[in-house]
Amino acid sequence: MRASRIAAVAVVLFGLGFAGDVGAQSCPKGKLRLYTSWPMQGAMLPEGTGMKNGVDMAVAEANGVVAGYCLEVVNLDDASPQTGKWDGAVEAENANKAVGDPLAIVYIGTYNSGAAKVSIPITNRAHMAQVTPANTYPGLTKKRGAAPGEPDIYRPGGFVNYFRPIPADDIQGAVAAKWAKRLGAKKVYILNDQELYGKGIADVFEATAKKIGLPVVANEGIDWKQPDQKPVLTKIRASGADLVYLGGVIETGAQVVIRQMKEVGLTAPRTRFMGPDGLLEEELLKGATCESALAVDARITFAGLPFEKMRGVGAKTYETYKAKYGKEPTSYALYAAEGTRVIIDAIKRSASTIEKAKDVTEKREAVRKAIASTKNFEGINGKWSFDENGDVDYDTMSGFKAVKADTPVGCKFAFETILE
Amino acid sequence: MGGPFEAPHLNWWEVLVQQTINGLTRGAVFALIAMGYTMVYGIIELINFAHGDVFMLGLFISLFWFTMLGVTKTLSIAGLVTLLPLVFVLTMLTTAALNVAIDRVAYRPLRRSLSFMLENVALLWKGPAPIAYPDVFPSVDILREWFGVDSAIFVTTKDVLVIAATIPLMIALHYFVTRTRWGKAMRATAQDRETAQAMGIDVERTILVTFFVGGALAGAAGLIQGMYYNIGMWWMGYQAGLRAFTAAVLGGIGSMGGAALGGLVIGFLSAWSDQYISARWTNAIVFSILILVLVFRPHGLLGERAVDKA
Repeated sequence: MRASRIAAVAVVLFGLGFAGDVGAQSCPKGKLRLYTSWPMQGAMLPEGTGMKNGVDMAVAEANGVVAGYCLEVVNLDDASPQTGKWDGAVEAENANKAVGDPLAIVYIGTYNSGAAKVSIPITNRAHMAQVTPANTYPGLTKKRGAAPGEPDIYRPGGFVNYFRPIPADDIQGAVAAKWAKRLGAKKVYILNDQELYGKGIADVFEATAKKIGLPVVANEGIDWKQPDQKPVLTKIRASGADLVYLGGVIETGAQVVIRQMKEVGLTAPRTRFMGPDGLLEEELLKGATCESALAVDARITFAGLPFEKMRGVGAKTYETYKAKYGKEPTSYALYAAEGTRVIIDAIKRSASTIEKAKDVTEKREAVRKAIASTKNFEGINGKWSFDENGDVDYDTMSGFKAVKADTPVGCKFAFETILE
Repeated sequence: MGGPFEAPHLNWWEVLVQQTINGLTRGAVFALIAMGYTMVYGIIELINFAHGDVFMLGLFISLFWFTMLGVTKTLSIAGLVTLLPLVFVLTMLTTAALNVAIDRVAYRPLRRSLSFMLENVALLWKGPAPIAYPDVFPSVDILREWFGVDSAIFVTTKDVLVIAATIPLMIALHYFVTRTRWGKAMRATAQDRETAQAMGIDVERTILVTFFVGGALAGAAGLIQGMYYNIGMWWMGYQAGLRAFTAAVLGGIGSMGGAALGGLVIGFLSAWSDQYISARWTNAIVFSILILVLVFRPHGLLGERAVDKA
């Protein structure tokens, strides 16, 4: 605890030092602070640094000044020094620090959806907007794919203050259903691991498939702890389905399904396998074996585009990042840049209201409203707007496919197509 | 299987036959685990909840022995007659020793299950994701490739393996318990420990032998499971243990024949339930049947004539 406080103080001092640099510029209307909060140590250090770079990059693009206000970034770490992983107590402390700072205008974070559950209610009470570069758990913003009571429990003020410029997990189910239809599927059988992520995605897949006229035999929850899925797969074979969609992750035994699909004779070209990005891991190919993954023509969707496939603003952002930091962006670095650009744009649009505001809460409220009304934003995955939940309305994703490769495993997931 | 051919469609009776085969193989593995469970319970009247995890480690240990012997691909006929029996013996000896160690280290001094420890051993050893188990046993679609029957039903050499390996083990166990001196000592200890001791039976050694045999059975089940399903995960011991425990109770705890029957019944029920009801309800259905049986036959299916209780 003590160590973390010292670390936090050090980070704040570092932030102030950074502020000293921009302080050289003219700030006729004073300063506004952006707080960030995500793990900045241990195994998370590369991603944490990547996201910090993304924020800094967006601030630097505006030369650190927006509508006469100087922007100051304060980086906080929400990991516990004991475990190196996000910690609810530290995250709460960070959020409280931000709302207690009269210059703080927006909170950027978190990395872990679990941590966001802690900080959103705190920032919500303070009317402070929170923008995440990385949380994809649907329940943080909407009822689809959520636990009972979500997302209202995160909104004690009754309004939306949490925004994500990254598509939530459940969108993948919708995109996957469209992809399945495009691939010529006539009849799909949906399985899910009965967990929040997997079931949420499977339900959305089902709803979308029905909407676009793709027949669904069933959406069945399986007992993923059971290493024998042959009876269920035999049933799928008897049903004549030509695509098996599995809402699950590698920790809930997707390997077993792929492996045994081949065993019971569910193979391509007659029957294919498809799943969400929780399966886009080399571990999946190792456990299921390349032979089986190739036999079922395994296809996986991925939220957003791979950086090297981005177009327009995305391509430019990717190049700028590489030139500025001399390395490939981490998974969420460009989303951190995108989130910060959204904030800067909102401050610009609400500058006059901020100026007239009587107190800090009114200032924050002005920015929150401006972020919520973000429309037709030129983002890294194309133009998008925030919906009433604070989610992006674009559904640009990519499709991957298992292919033979000269890797130790013998195969890999290769980018196949852009899905829209 | 696995060829580029298209699997033919199944009509209703073919589905029933195929699911019954699925249930039979699944049930045979349950039966093997349940017999070890019930045997140890019969002797010390203590449920060895680590038994399922010994089974799980049996899979990993057999994979270790295959790897040590350089087997990573499908075995040839020569390998099947030499290496496979060797791996059976090595795996069974390792898990038997492990089970004895569990008795010595945990049960006798602590009376506590080692489940979590064993699971963490596997987790550290192989990582959290399921691991592939190589196709060491050749998989041949018997009806199609040996008999030239163009059937929609798949019966593979692997299905035959499960049955062919399980039945001799069950017979051997039955023979051991009913016909050998150790078996007699086990039955005597199970009936009345004090009297058995008074009759000159070394009860401690008998318990040790029981754990040894139980561990060997769990190891064999792990090896069979690995060769049959070709996948292993660190958490499967708990689930398998639960199913096997249910099988043992269903058949009448303490009864060897009951455990075997219970295992098969659960295998069939769960496969049919996956097909005709929903996989989501399978556990609920299996446990409801268990409750029903226990309401009408509190000692389980074969529990009353528990003469072969061991």
